[in-house]
Amino acid sequence: MEPSITKQETVVLPAARARKKKKMTADRLLAFSFILPSIVLVAIFVYGFIGWTGYVSLSNWNTLVPDFSFAGLKNYIFLFQDFRFQADLRNTLIFTILFIAVVAIVGQLLAIFLDQKIRGESIFRNIFFFPMALSFVVTGVVWQWLLNPTTGVNLFLKKFGLESMWYTDTNILAGFKVGKIEFGVPVAIIAVVIAAVWQMTGFSLAMYLAGLRAIPEELKEAARMDGASEFTIYRKVIIPLLKPITVSVIIIMAHISLKIFDLIYAMTGPGANFVTDVPGVYMFEATFRGNYYANGAAIAIIMLLSVAIFIVPYLISSRKGES
Amino acid sequence: MALSRLSKPLLYVLLIALCLFFLMPIYVMLVTSLKPLDQVTLSEMWKLPTVLDFSSYSTAFEKLLPNLLNSFYLVIPATVISALLGSLNGYVLSKWKFKGADILFTLILFGMFIPYQSILIPMIQFLRDVGLYNTIPGLVFVHVVYGIPITTLMFRNFYASIPDEMIESAKIDGAGFLRIFRYIILPLSITGFVVVAIWQFTNIWNEFLFAVTITTSEQQPIMVALQNLSGSQIVQWNVQMAGALLAALPTLLVYIFLGKYFVKGLLAGSVKG
Repeated sequence: MEPSITKQETVVLPAARARKKKKMTADRLLAFSFILPSIVLVAIFVYGFIGWTGYVSLSNWNTLVPDFSFAGLKNYIFLFQDFRFQADLRNTLIFTILFIAVVAIVGQLLAIFLDQKIRGESIFRNIFFFPMALSFVVTGVVWQWLLNPTTGVNLFLKKFGLESMWYTDTNILAGFKVGKIEFGVPVAIIAVVIAAVWQMTGFSLAMYLAGLRAIPEELKEAARMDGASEFTIYRKVIIPLLKPITVSVIIIMAHISLKIFDLIYAMTGPGANFVTDVPGVYMFEATFRGNYYANGAAIAIIMLLSVAIFIVPYLISSRKGES
Repeated sequence: MALSRLSKPLLYVLLIALCLFFLMPIYVMLVTSLKPLDQVTLSEMWKLPTVLDFSSYSTAFEKLLPNLLNSFYLVIPATVISALLGSLNGYVLSKWKFKGADILFTLILFGMFIPYQSILIPMIQFLRDVGLYNTIPGLVFVHVVYGIPITTLMFRNFYASIPDEMIESAKIDGAGFLRIFRYIILPLSITGFVVVAIWQFTNIWNEFLFAVTITTSEQQPIMVALQNLSGSQIVQWNVQMAGALLAALPTLLVYIFLGKYFVKGLLAGSVKG
């Protein structure tokens, strides 16, 4: 009897295997068909529409009625010679640098503080995190009230001889003339940075905390055994290990800050002399308030390129790191 | 040791000071919203109200209620659809990898970083053409499409922790793509769905650019209506603050009760792999 069983098996197996293989390829097709709609949507609505915006940015469509006649780089040239757009570039640059620096440094410091076996650590953490659950619009509305030039914060600061106009200040610190604008740090931008930092520090804190938790305790223990002080351990061991987190924080915050629109739109608007204007606000007003579609599209493409400088290398390197 | 004994209290002082800074806006929001208008002066901003006055809440609620409802009509379907899409995409891209799947994933991911200004002009034209401009379904569609990258990323990372051997042995037992999804992946996805849903809920609720450009007056979600409150000639700051609190309440509640998952989502969206 035994041989016949094996014989039967050898007969059955190839057929079953063939069936399975067929099922596998059918399943693979099925799997692909489930992701296909998303691929098509992203292809059209991300890449296709970026292309379309690019096309609009090269057209003469600066009226209510679409006009797709080719204008070359006219809109871009206009922007780079435009007082408002030059001010936007300055503001974005200054805002991005200040915002990233404060968010990264304060986030890292707070993470290290909270990692000291602090009592009530979760309460502290929750207080630092909660602004992230709010909308930039809410943040803008509240801080507009808080930093109103004649309000409480200022009455408080006045006692120390500081009188700030906050976001209504049109002064440019350390200014010198570049193009049509005064380059430097617009005082009003600092007010917006404070609001943005208030909202986003929790983000970098969360990332740094996750990074700290991933560092094995033995590493600290070993350094302690070698007689290193706590301070030295952080300076020589922990902080260097947090470098990849810092890179991520910088990239995430940079792309947020280069795209920023709602916070500024809700809090200050473009401001007198465009001291708090950014490309996001200009794009919105040019396109949807002024019907300068081609100009708006050109601003959008410049914003996209500035974000891509940070994001594309980040995406490529994280893909490499995965495989 | 002496150093840490000395620095611990200092640490607490620092942390508490920072906490006060973080809570200050909430304090001002609360006290301002509870004052009658004549007490809302810039010089008395920090003072507690002498009498509790809830009238600014009823005013704000009356003004914002239709928009609050709009936001719910927007956020709920958009969150559900984009979570389902993300889960399927994540499942395919982590367990049914095909040739080029990783490159495709990176190309999809790029979509979550773009400034939406760069697709806005064609998008509005498109929505006009299909009759979805100035409608909540139009906004739902937009949020589903631009939610694909982040939800796919979150689910893909989440499913990466489910061992491939489990899928392999299910395949050997004859289970196919859908059966594996239904009986193995979905039951293990509950945390994933909670994280993604909270993330999408918060982001779509708080979103402003699409809301302000795709909808007008009656169709507007809450954030646009809140912004419009301050656009009027005389800003009633007590109503404004009450409105801001009302607008923030749903996401604040989500954060208070499900904060752990909120932070998980944030980390899943920022740190890859």
